[in-house]
Amino acid sequence: MSAMRTYSVAVVILGGALAVALLSLLPAEHALHVPGYVVALLGKYLCYALLALSVDLVWGYVGILSLGHGAFFAIGGYAMGMYLMRQIGARGVYGNATLPDFMVFLNWQELPWYWGGFNHFGFALLVMALAPGLLAFVFGYLAFRSRVTGVYLSIITQALTYALMLAFFRNDMGFGGNNGLTDFKDFLGFSLQSDATRAGLLVASAALLSLFYVVCRMLVGARFGKVLVAIRDAESRARFLGYRVERYKVAVFVFSAVMAGLAGALYVPQVGIINPGEFAPANSIEAVIWVAVGGRGTLVGAIIGAILVNLGKTIFTGALPELWLFALGGLFILVTLFLPKGVVGLWDRIMARRVPAPPLVAAPVRQPEAGE
Amino acid sequence: MTEVTDALLYLDGVTVSFDGFKALNTLSFVVAPGEMRAVIGPNGAGKTTMMDVITGKTRPDQGTALFRGSADLTKLDEAEIATLGIGRKFQKPTVFEMHSVTDNLLLALKGDRAPRRVLFARETLSERARIDEILETVRLSAVRRRLAGELSHGQKQWLEIGMLLAQEPELLLVDEPVAGMTDAETADTADLLRRINQTRTVVVVEHDMTFVRALDVKVTVLHEGSVLAEGSLDHVSADPRVVEVYLGR
Ligand SMILES: Nc1ncnc2c1ncn2[C@@H]1O[C@H](COP(=O)(O)OP(=O)(O)OP(=O)(O)O)[C@@H](O)[C@H]1O
Ligand SMILES: [Mg+2]
Repeated sequence: MSAMRTYSVAVVILGGALAVALLSLLPAEHALHVPGYVVALLGKYLCYALLALSVDLVWGYVGILSLGHGAFFAIGGYAMGMYLMRQIGARGVYGNATLPDFMVFLNWQELPWYWGGFNHFGFALLVMALAPGLLAFVFGYLAFRSRVTGVYLSIITQALTYALMLAFFRNDMGFGGNNGLTDFKDFLGFSLQSDATRAGLLVASAALLSLFYVVCRMLVGARFGKVLVAIRDAESRARFLGYRVERYKVAVFVFSAVMAGLAGALYVPQVGIINPGEFAPANSIEAVIWVAVGGRGTLVGAIIGAILVNLGKTIFTGALPELWLFALGGLFILVTLFLPKGVVGLWDRIMARRVPAPPLVAAPVRQPEAGE
Repeated sequence: MTEVTDALLYLDGVTVSFDGFKALNTLSFVVAPGEMRAVIGPNGAGKTTMMDVITGKTRPDQGTALFRGSADLTKLDEAEIATLGIGRKFQKPTVFEMHSVTDNLLLALKGDRAPRRVLFARETLSERARIDEILETVRLSAVRRRLAGELSHGQKQWLEIGMLLAQEPELLLVDEPVAGMTDAETADTADLLRRINQTRTVVVVEHDMTFVRALDVKVTVLHEGSVLAEGSLDHVSADPRVVEVYLGR
């Protein structure tokens, strides 16, 4: 894809989000006013899009079908949640300046050591990126060094996120158990209830998504990306050419997990809660479906798929909530059967049909080939 | 380790068993620097398995496998062995189908494979020149922009040989390079391998006797995981045991 097209995708995301953000700040009676809930919804979609992008990087380009990326997303989200909890300070129900409400409720006397530092945003930001990255490194190092691939890898990624879900459900883990972290008040000193903060978070999500989109595009377009595709299509050929396949896989897996973690971090202030449900195996599978619907191995398809499917989910769950999972499953089957390259592939097909086919030149019947 | 041999490739007493079945049975196989060797033998004789052992894909249960007399091939993995200077063409042609012909060669060019070095690698003029040269050698210049997946079977075989050349290995292991080729392509491939052999050591596995004859090199006959006979093609063809298990069928 040309640099032009790459940047235009980034510009559309950023420009669109900026426009919506500005319109949401118009007075409520203005005809073009965008209500706050739409802003929050869009911000959420963009975080999902970043998660989808991270899934597409590993699945679409290296063939690692991770069904556990929701775990990285959730961990990033918890790191943000911990920062937001500390921001509440003495404004909680119990008025305790250091302990979050749930700890007071559990009769905890002091803050667990791993909550230290989360009152500083810089520290929290580091954890949002490094905690998912570290988990991905340890997991990836073990899995890829042992050459676990295909279905087996997918299954252990599911196990990873499931195990984390069970762990985070426990009250004694110190992450709010069942209820998770919620009742946030403000972010970097800005009230989370205000329209301006919401607009700012939407723009921040768009900026992060655009940035990572451009970085991913450059990565897959460079020689590094060619090695990734080579590994995806013929892993042993790559090994016999001297590439240390497991190192490439670990590197990309870690980078992708950091993306997913940051997506989760930006997601939390916009939805106002993070709980163990985010680790649910189904969430990770959904992210893969977004990518499949948009078009695997296209990057832009991941973004389109995440937004389209979640838009559908919002509308559908409003009307027929109990049928959503069936609809999603059906959609996945339809796309796999009829649109192997997703929406992006369909679009390319339509465009190819509109442009007249190049005239068939009276070429030599056969090209001179090897051995003739 | 002290040098025990001046052979480039030295296998001794190599045994590989799969669930008790011995795919290689105390195999000994020695190739001198600069040599070209043809390996023949019936299906299941262990020819591919021998290449698997040399390239680190399969670990032998017993035996010695040395490269340049010092590198213990049974201890290294595929990537390390490739970096040492052993290139391999698979029995089933294996190229990167979604990459163009030139990109296939680019990825194969000798160079630093560490991810952080590859991350910032830019194609240099000398790399481009080298790719052009290889494209000429394997006669794929006309299809350089095509995806490797769109090539004919014979062209893929040649592309894979081109990738081997790009790696600049000291030893090339070539598994059934002319399977599925026309007679003319087969003759050209024999020619190409002989040219490659002017600067590199080559081990080639092949069933096609016309091809093996065209190579005109020492032949090793494998059978049930061991060497049955070794010598010129005429010599081994005259061996009644070889006729019985292989040529006579
Ligand atoms: N991974 C494996 N697991 C079990 N058996 C194997 C494995 N690899 C090879 N074998 C068996 O070992 C024997 C030798 O196989 P190999 O592929 O080396 O034969 P070959 O001489 O290359 O034959 P061909 O001419 O058909 O390519 C065969 O009987 C094969 O079935
Ligand atoms: Mg074989």
